[in-house]
Amino acid sequence: MTRQSAAHPGQHNAQSSDRQESKPRVGFFVTCLVDLFRPSVGFASIRLIEDAGCEVDVPVAQTCCGQPAYNSGDRADAAKIARQVIQAFEGFDYVVAPSGSCASMLKKHYPALLEDDPAFAERAKTFSAKVHELVSFLSDVRGITSVPARLPEGTGVTYHDSCSGLRELGICTQPRTLLNSVEGIRLEEMRDNDVCCGFGGTFCVKYAEISNAIVAKKTANIIRSGADMLLAGDMGCLMNMAGKLKREGSRIEVRHIAEVLAGMTDTPAIAGTGPSDLPADNREKA
Amino acid sequence: MSAREAILSRIRTSLAVRPDDDERMSHVETRLRETPSGVIPARGQLEAGARVAIFRAMAEKVQTSVVHVETIDDVPAAVAAYLREKNLPAKIRIGADADLAGAPWQQEATLEIRKGASQGDDLVAVSHAMGAVAETGTLVLASGPDNPTTLNFLPEHHIVVIETSKIDGDLETALKRVRRHYGKGNMPRAVNMVTGPSRSGDIEQTILLGAHGPRALHVVMVG
Amino acid sequence: MQLTSNEFKRNATNALSDSQLQKALRNVESGFIGKRQSAVEALPEFDALRDSARAIKNHTLEHLDLYIEAYEKKVREAGGHVHFAETADDACQIILDICRQHSARTVTKGKSMITEEIGLNEFLEKNAIEPVETDLGEYIIQLRKERPSHIIAPAVHLNKEQVESDFRRTHTHLDAERNLAEPVSLLSEAREVLRKRYFEADIGITGANFLVAETGSSVIVTNEGNGDLTQTLGKVHVVVASIEKLVPTLEDTAQILRVLGRSATGQDMTVYTTFSTGPKRPDDPDGPDAYHVILLDNGRTAMLGTEYQDMLRCIRCGACMNHCPVYHSVGGHAYGSVYPGPMGAVLTPSLSGIEQSGHLPNASTFCGRCESVCPMRIPLPKMMRHWREREFERHLTPNTARYGLALWAFLASHPKLYRAAVSLAMPLLAWLGGTKHSMDHLPLAGGWTKYRTMPAPQGRTFVQAWARQNRAGQKTGTGR
Repeated sequence: MTRQSAAHPGQHNAQSSDRQESKPRVGFFVTCLVDLFRPSVGFASIRLIEDAGCEVDVPVAQTCCGQPAYNSGDRADAAKIARQVIQAFEGFDYVVAPSGSCASMLKKHYPALLEDDPAFAERAKTFSAKVHELVSFLSDVRGITSVPARLPEGTGVTYHDSCSGLRELGICTQPRTLLNSVEGIRLEEMRDNDVCCGFGGTFCVKYAEISNAIVAKKTANIIRSGADMLLAGDMGCLMNMAGKLKREGSRIEVRHIAEVLAGMTDTPAIAGTGPSDLPADNREKA
Repeated sequence: MSAREAILSRIRTSLAVRPDDDERMSHVETRLRETPSGVIPARGQLEAGARVAIFRAMAEKVQTSVVHVETIDDVPAAVAAYLREKNLPAKIRIGADADLAGAPWQQEATLEIRKGASQGDDLVAVSHAMGAVAETGTLVLASGPDNPTTLNFLPEHHIVVIETSKIDGDLETALKRVRRHYGKGNMPRAVNMVTGPSRSGDIEQTILLGAHGPRALHVVMVG
Repeated sequence: MQLTSNEFKRNATNALSDSQLQKALRNVESGFIGKRQSAVEALPEFDALRDSARAIKNHTLEHLDLYIEAYEKKVREAGGHVHFAETADDACQIILDICRQHSARTVTKGKSMITEEIGLNEFLEKNAIEPVETDLGEYIIQLRKERPSHIIAPAVHLNKEQVESDFRRTHTHLDAERNLAEPVSLLSEAREVLRKRYFEADIGITGANFLVAETGSSVIVTNEGNGDLTQTLGKVHVVVASIEKLVPTLEDTAQILRVLGRSATGQDMTVYTTFSTGPKRPDDPDGPDAYHVILLDNGRTAMLGTEYQDMLRCIRCGACMNHCPVYHSVGGHAYGSVYPGPMGAVLTPSLSGIEQSGHLPNASTFCGRCESVCPMRIPLPKMMRHWREREFERHLTPNTARYGLALWAFLASHPKLYRAAVSLAMPLLAWLGGTKHSMDHLPLAGGWTKYRTMPAPQGRTFVQAWARQNRAGQKTGTGR
């Protein structure tokens, strides 16, 4: 299958083996929500990483970063999963994940989780140094400041800053810089763009009423921004906000930022949000 | 074991330290002796003229009114002017402060001056601050017969006299001044650092002046 | 301290449907956050000061026994008394003894969270001594027999109509026709009523924001001046403070003061910052005849040397709850504890046990906003997670959650089983989602679908699609 023939910065001929040796090798950590619910985000991410001059591989022994266990107080299971992830991803130059919360788990929490494990303490530190969230990887590591993607002229887009990405990884200006380079985009900041959407992992079902109150404030702000499209870098947040917008009857389209940056927005949006449902035959055949 | 012993002993157990640890003791003694200043904001490190300007700006920002006179002898007239401006009776409460006492109060013939602590029925009191902090527009008042503490809180209007030469740039320097005055480790019964008139935001977060302390704070800068 | 944290969910439900409370909580969001932001932006050194403040408190905690001894010596030199109380009950008893010593009938109180923690007011009332709260917010909630809903703005959950109604109900000696429509008239009335009480009081009780070891001073910060009238007009000044309030020097106090006011209310300095040292001196024309400090443990020593030690740096500014999306939704009373919000979620289990307060560290999304604004850089989400670990170890987590997560963790550590399970589940869910790409109902997901649709998966998982693509011999990974 081929891509659009528009020039992609950094694209290399896959057959040229001596050029391949100089390309950094990225292990793609797909994250459970992207893997299970929205693979197109994974493919969009890989396109972006390849366009940034890297070679990408996907270790198939990956499942989850272990955050559900970790945040629920089950350190033992979280550590078990962490060791598995570290083993699967050793040997790459970088580990990239299309999620601030998963990347943060791998980067900021794995070393603390395994600091008392003599077999893994150092490996965890080495591993964590290689981990990056997708947008941060493109901007801060690969120096990408623009993408050749485009949206219909004047598409109003608002961006939600997911908490982990923002506060643990400092991701704030990078997505906006890249979004501003998308032709046709009109970036609209919503009020309280950096306030939690109320997902919080198991929080949204354990304290469903409170989670709903928080996401309702978020959707009110999204709608008030006047945007046609909502983007973010975390599937948990996106599923939460998309589910709420859809239930409220909104026609705002919700996607992962990777989809827009990679120019891959022809799939149905999350929860089928957007001005209309796409025809059934556009959907991935099982 | 007394509660005191129990608590101190639990602290040491929790910290896994011994009571006779000389190194720890020296850390404490050093800090108490050297009293390091820490991080001082730039706006508290200006030269004298700029300091006075910052003090005034910060004080006015919190609804303190400020006037500037040349010498302490101008204070009685400044006080009388304030009373007239605010339509207040010509009565003030004042402490035994010698500098204030030495001013020519007799020039304000109609002014009734009551001396000593306030019993709560004074509308206006006049105090002499021992220092001030430019970075926050704060006055430093020390208790004692010269400037009784009740003068700072009971009256509706509080007039405070401060020499510009005693306005320090930052909080730490102002506190060092207090330390120099009373001697290392010593303090009067109360040091009040006052920044503006009394206020409360407890009703619907609306800021209102005159909660329990003075409704108005007026500073007379001298020199 | 009477705890109702186990009723958090029910409290939260009530709070969410309380339109008056919701309106009041919007004041928290709009007021405190902006004011703090402005104050922080106006001080370039703010972050450096946070580091300095943290270092001072850490140093103090590491030498707490020695600083307590140094402090105690200076208090006694200045003519004050120092009492040690291991528990809340001990502290109450000591205070009662002091009251009895002075035949006290009425005591005025400056705003003090520690006296809420030890349940002092109820205890005094049971012993025929009347405590009169003088901080306007505390006074109002005292009339309503309520607990503070915020650690620095106790009446933040109320509107002015409610305050008016409480004043009319209680101040029956005043003209019933008087106009109390404006907040300023309520303030004036409180000023007048309380002014009398200050003079009537036998004893004035305050807390302390700081205890300064160098000089033996207690420091309070207020805006109203009520703490000062309380401690100056009473015959005796009683200070109640937990042991972590110690700081070494006057300069150290100043360092932390700079981040306290700005973080709490956006003020560079509160109106009154008072250093009190001992009783009045022989030549003082005013001031208390006696000065007593009660140093309270009540669980602090048990936090030292543990992963909760950082919580002892807390200076009770309230910034964490001012920025917390959960607090914004349900307000302080829902937490059922003296200490609400993020700091309450960490501190309450330490003081009252995790069994009684498990909801508090669990009702958090770990958004991290609290930690990002904490002037003392306390890692609040991390400590909430540690409480969840304690719960997990003790099997206090609800069974459905524990088994559900155990199943997930099991599958996640067995990739082949995981793949088998999801390759069945995802296409099924995708099919259920149909052309709407979402589901309004889904078994086991009622908590979600009650409020939102569940987005449907795309069908095949990413790993399946990737593996298929690679089997087909494609090297570039972006096709489908």
